Amino acid sequence: MDRENWDWEIGKREIANLAPWQERFSYQEEPCASPDGEIVAAIIRNDDEEFTAATQTSAGEITTWENAYEKVWHLRFGPDGRLSALVSDTAEWTVATDDTPWENTYDFAWDMAFTPSGSHVAVSTQKDLQYAVSVNDTPWAKEFSRLTAMTLSPDGLHSAAVVETELLLETEIFKFRKGCYSVAVDGNAWKQSYMNVWEPCFSNDGNHVAASIRTTYQDYTIVVDGKPWDKKYSSVWAPIFSPDTNEVVAPVKEAGRWSLASQDGLVWDTSFYQLWHPAYAGGENRLAAIVSPEYGLWTVALDGTAWDATFNELVTDLATSLNGQRAGCVFKHDGRWGIAVDGKPWQGRFDMAWKPVFSPDAAHVAAKVETQGKYILVIDGKPLDRHFTRLEMPVFSQDGQRILVKGVENNIFYREIVDLG
Amino acid sequence: MSDSKPITENEIDDKGIMAGVEKLSPEKIERVINEVITAETGAKLKVYVDTCVHCGLCSEGCHYFISRDRDPKFSPAGKVKQTLWEIMRKRGRVSPEFIKNAAVVAYTQCNLCKRCAMYCPFGIDIAYVMSVMRRICHKLGVVPLYIQDTAHSHSVTANQMWVKDDEWIDTLMWQEEEARDEVSNLRIPLDVEGSDTFYSVIGPEPKYRAQLIYQAAMIMEAAGESWTMPSSPGWDNSDMCMYTGDYEMMERLKKVHFEAAIRLKAKRIVMGECGHAFRSVYDMGNRALGWKMPPIPIIHAIEYYHEIFSKEKIKIKKKFDRPVTLHDPCNIVRGRGLHHMAREVVNATCKTFIEMTPNCEHNYCCGAGGGVINCGPPFKNERVESSKAKAEQLFAAKAKGAEVVIAPCHNCHGGLEDIIHHYGIDMELKFLGDIIYEIMEIPE
Repeated sequence: MDRENWDWEIGKREIANLAPWQERFSYQEEPCASPDGEIVAAIIRNDDEEFTAATQTSAGEITTWENAYEKVWHLRFGPDGRLSALVSDTAEWTVATDDTPWENTYDFAWDMAFTPSGSHVAVSTQKDLQYAVSVNDTPWAKEFSRLTAMTLSPDGLHSAAVVETELLLETEIFKFRKGCYSVAVDGNAWKQSYMNVWEPCFSNDGNHVAASIRTTYQDYTIVVDGKPWDKKYSSVWAPIFSPDTNEVVAPVKEAGRWSLASQDGLVWDTSFYQLWHPAYAGGENRLAAIVSPEYGLWTVALDGTAWDATFNELVTDLATSLNGQRAGCVFKHDGRWGIAVDGKPWQGRFDMAWKPVFSPDAAHVAAKVETQGKYILVIDGKPLDRHFTRLEMPVFSQDGQRILVKGVENNIFYREIVDLG
Repeated sequence: MSDSKPITENEIDDKGIMAGVEKLSPEKIERVINEVITAETGAKLKVYVDTCVHCGLCSEGCHYFISRDRDPKFSPAGKVKQTLWEIMRKRGRVSPEFIKNAAVVAYTQCNLCKRCAMYCPFGIDIAYVMSVMRRICHKLGVVPLYIQDTAHSHSVTANQMWVKDDEWIDTLMWQEEEARDEVSNLRIPLDVEGSDTFYSVIGPEPKYRAQLIYQAAMIMEAAGESWTMPSSPGWDNSDMCMYTGDYEMMERLKKVHFEAAIRLKAKRIVMGECGHAFRSVYDMGNRALGWKMPPIPIIHAIEYYHEIFSKEKIKIKKKFDRPVTLHDPCNIVRGRGLHHMAREVVNATCKTFIEMTPNCEHNYCCGAGGGVINCGPPFKNERVESSKAKAEQLFAAKAKGAEVVIAPCHNCHGGLEDIIHHYGIDMELKFLGDIIYEIMEIPE
């Protein structure tokens, strides 16, 4: 869904009055909005006591899908604006997108994922106790006795998951130690199996897969395209690929301290009590991560240097700007939630806070927060003067000068463009 | 009383331990022991070992010692003597045979219940010392088969029962469907972002006790709770890796659990009626990761029930009218002091409450905790024999009229069930949730 073609005219529009929904349907789940905020959708139960999706746009009435099901869950708009859900009839599950179910059905389907463009939709599937992945209704040719942690390449042309390569029965602890788990890419498992495999991820070009593994009870490392790093560590967390060079880095633990390493050794010369969720920051290939510089204190480190500001309960939702110059996060300190950007906590503490979003030009940053049951949008540290009962994540215009706010006030779902100039 | 196999010295019928011991060499043992003691225990272990004056006051605190004719080898100090004292005295130069016996002591003859710590004049935490022994055994690969298998399950699935991702979701949907026969719009809300409460359970609930999820959903519905459960791993708060000594995996599990709640932006976690899981999320796992306290508040089901009764969030039809007694689970009583709240909930829900003696923080362990029940059939007889003190407590409560034992912990249920069966005690076991569901007004 091309953001540039959205309606960016400054002003506020009503998309849906939710009161008629509540009167019309005996059962309704939380409504969600399309990426451009033009459509509101929710799972509902119709007059025939079946479940389906209902939608509404600013121009129209409430409409429901023609197809209805015994069960519907995980209703989500993809990035391209198509509406998908996991649906089931007579104990057979599949995906329905914009009211059209896939041809293939399964005993179960879950873990729905989209590519960033929305062109590909993937699910994990189970049929006759055999597990696989299906992308755009094309299932893997090969199935496995167990499958988890499915992931899609950014272009959607490849999918991967952790799979059981040899059927492992309960209490077979010695067989487990020999290694029964690996990564399958497009249904083909790597030749080597390991005791454990976690968190597979694709490179940006979709040609490489990395994962964290355990080869013995004491030895953890990273494996890339089926080849483990030479060095073993006492623990590791999920690896990531450099978007430019495809180099893999991962948090590793040595001698009780955590740092970032690649196949060639430590990437940072600093170490921390804890370090996780590394992220490459924009075009300059800077590396950021959530770190604990000393026990019980948390912050963000950029290229190995921790912010001065620390927080005593939690740091989460690390975000970086596209140009790599800015970073933000959610923190919790003394029981209250807040947002910190570029090493400085914003004023105001909240009951909850969401991941900050940078404008494409990095000039602005916005975050959704909650206080006393109401949601507020905070832009560049200043709260927008609106209080919502529901609020979706904000979206900046391509030039960074406007922001799309989607939320519910007084039971009405609004779409509003706010000028940041 | 059912017959019990006599316990013979050094008779170990556990493949996990025996196969592990076969692979040991004196060099490996010495290296691993010194690694653990030097890098991981620091002054704490040394202070404990050096401070103990061998007074034996801890003995009376131990249900193994009391239940096993006061055999000194079952006293807490006796168990340390058979394990860490000897190891430290010999600077790690001990034999594979020694490790075999030490593994049996550490994994199956101590519930890590911490009762003895209350009777030690110096407050020495013998559970910690035994945990160090388990950590050494884990690193040596000498772990009882059944608990090791559970730890493997945790490492693959992030739950302790090998429950697959689809089985978890399917179970929740099944329970939701069943519950809709009672309350037509009832939901077990999956992945609802921004809920007040993230509800987490342990692996046996979807595997064997799905009705507990049903009951929890009914209670949440009646209380008007804004709640959710995750569709992906992180729903299981339990942690047998904590008990095998696999702390790296314990950390991984706690990370998955807390991050599931953090990702869904829940304000707090309410956990089901489990004791050891509480220890892992409130004390050990979170702290090992670097969070001094849980990164978001986490409360045990007892605290949640206390909240809904004290705030009058649910109504009851009439109190449960069979006389009840209450078992205090070690991990939430000595580990968190929830015994007063538990009694307030029992009194709010039950007509006649008969105390066991001793009780509260002095209560005897069920014998199943600390991962002992998870060591499985090879150690069952010894476990139940070592719970005679608990059986006597139950008999005494029964003699006063108690018909039902409330145990707000899964492992305690397992342990007490075995005790009740073995010693022929005619009592019924219930969770607090069973009682609340039975007596509450169902909303519609």
